[in-house]
Amino acid sequence: MSRARRLWFPALLFAALAVAAAFLVLPVLAIFLQTSPGRLLDSLGDASAREALRLSLVTTAIAIAVVVVVGTPAAYLLSTRRFRGRALLATLLELPLVLPPAVAGIGLLAALGPQGLLGGLLDELGIALVLQTAGVVVALVFVSAPFHLRAAQSAFAAVDRRWLEASRTLGAGEARTFARVAVPAALPGLAAGLALAWGRALGEFGATLMFAGSFRGITQTVPLAIYDRFATDFDGALALSAVLVAVSAALLLSVKLLARDGALDGLR
Amino acid sequence: MGSAERAGADAGAGAGAAAGRTGAAASAAGPATGGGGLRARLRTQVGALALDIALAVPAGRCVALAGPSGAGKTTVLRALAGLLTPAEGRIDCGGDTWLDRDRGIALAPERRGCGYLFQDYALFGHLSVWRNVAYGLRELPRRERRARALALLERFGVAALADRRPGGLSGGERQRVALARALAPRPRALLLDEPLSALDARSRGRAARELARLLAELEVPALLVTHDFAEAALLGDEVAVLDGGRIVQRGTAAELAARPASGFVADFTGAAVLTGQVRAGGAQDAAGAPTVIALDGGGEVRSTDAGEGAVAVSVHPWEVALEPPGAPAGGSASNRLAAEVVSVTAVGNRVRVGLALPQPLTAEVTEASVARLELAPGARVLAVWKAAATRVTPR
Repeated sequence: MSRARRLWFPALLFAALAVAAAFLVLPVLAIFLQTSPGRLLDSLGDASAREALRLSLVTTAIAIAVVVVVGTPAAYLLSTRRFRGRALLATLLELPLVLPPAVAGIGLLAALGPQGLLGGLLDELGIALVLQTAGVVVALVFVSAPFHLRAAQSAFAAVDRRWLEASRTLGAGEARTFARVAVPAALPGLAAGLALAWGRALGEFGATLMFAGSFRGITQTVPLAIYDRFATDFDGALALSAVLVAVSAALLLSVKLLARDGALDGLR
Repeated sequence: MGSAERAGADAGAGAGAAAGRTGAAASAAGPATGGGGLRARLRTQVGALALDIALAVPAGRCVALAGPSGAGKTTVLRALAGLLTPAEGRIDCGGDTWLDRDRGIALAPERRGCGYLFQDYALFGHLSVWRNVAYGLRELPRRERRARALALLERFGVAALADRRPGGLSGGERQRVALARALAPRPRALLLDEPLSALDARSRGRAARELARLLAELEVPALLVTHDFAEAALLGDEVAVLDGGRIVQRGTAAELAARPASGFVADFTGAAVLTGQVRAGGAQDAAGAPTVIALDGGGEVRSTDAGEGAVAVSVHPWEVALEPPGAPAGGSASNRLAAEVVSVTAVGNRVRVGLALPQPLTAEVTEASVARLELAPGARVLAVWKAAATRVTPR
């Protein structure tokens, strides 16, 4: 009796975890269970699938590079300096996290489309984004940057401030302190942010569709290709989905393994 | 090493050890800055604390800035290192001006060359021990850095740890690595923030002695911050007591203990501080009669110090002897107060006895007297000490 009384709460916790795990894993598992290995290989042999996969990898890689190069110093500034409106600015930068993808696409069109705020300027500079591969990159940066910004901010905030001060008293300026102390010390958190952002970019669908369209070889990334097939070729869509899940999982896993403490010593 | 340089600095001959970094600016500083030393005047507001201090540390000397937490000790160090810019003030070191608010000069921390030992040592957790030490050796060619770092670690007896990460080191090891790191770039001044507080009681004694030896050999000015008077007395050539953002008294530790300027300083030096009113002999008359103070809560104390009105009376625990109640008066101790034992605590080979007069008083006695007097909480004793060992300060 008393034993049952003691155990009811742990039992509840386990039950909750079991339900969550079953519900979240089942659809992912189903993709693989419903796809025969032969079908999977066939879909990789398909030219349009290979094109979509190549386009997804190239555009997300460029987008993530932009996000990391611009986002990391921006996050460092936000987490190490106190200034007026800092909290407001940090919140505004996170806004794309909660925007529906369709709204993000409309927003990008309103800002950077031919009739958008900066449309005329971009046109004069000879830059075309809409319905172009460059447009895909823009959409990916927009939706994935907040993930990295947020993770990088908390990673930098967790770095002991006295390490940064110690670096200064040892003769290193602000830039060297950033490069030699802040970034290496925050590396696991930064890598987690990069992985999140990359995962989000790989799965990006709505904003890309609205801003860049879905043209094979130009803007049709894997999620768009899946949607394109879904009505006519469910098995093909399923196989492509399996490929996307495998690629995303492999990317996330390798980033996490790399960022585990000690694994990046060579870079330090 | 460099005893000639040290002698030169002592004689005020010049920037001695400080030469080498940015010594070119030496001529710009007036005679007021003094050769080689660190001189600062700071005034600033940090939260509720109004800091207003002036201090000078000659080259090769160590001043211990001592005071309770919240007194502004760390703020002073941060301002000196350039991690904080005070509202007003001027800092000169070895002939260079680090800060002059009137002239709009405020050197960045990395241009001051100020060694800083942080309270928890702040070793870089992502770098090995030798890379921590080599961090400040950027001027050296890459190949020479490891050798130089190892030589420094050797000097502190921790060369064996060179390839370890700071995370796995003991407190004492970290402290040595941090000292090696702070001294590696040949700093022009050394700032130490509570250098022993992160150590456990066992390693503290040894670390303190080693640090005292290091400070004695150091050729640059050193400023050490501590909340512990014994530590300040051991490590500082001079002690400045900081309270509420101001230096309330400075002198050698012996001077402070013997002649505290206030009840606060007396308390800080480890004396028991009692409060009372001067009843007679306030101005210490020509006959040399002692000042008589009626303690708040009962009892009477005599002191050779002058005083009037409301005063703080202080006496060091080692000056107080204990006798059985009703013991005949004898000797020169004119203060004999009945007290009740509240606590008996062995500290090393001495025993600290907490007493209630009813005001709290501490006596430090031998284990033999504890046994002889059968001291235990609740026991009644006579607390006995000399008028000459009794300090009177205004309150």
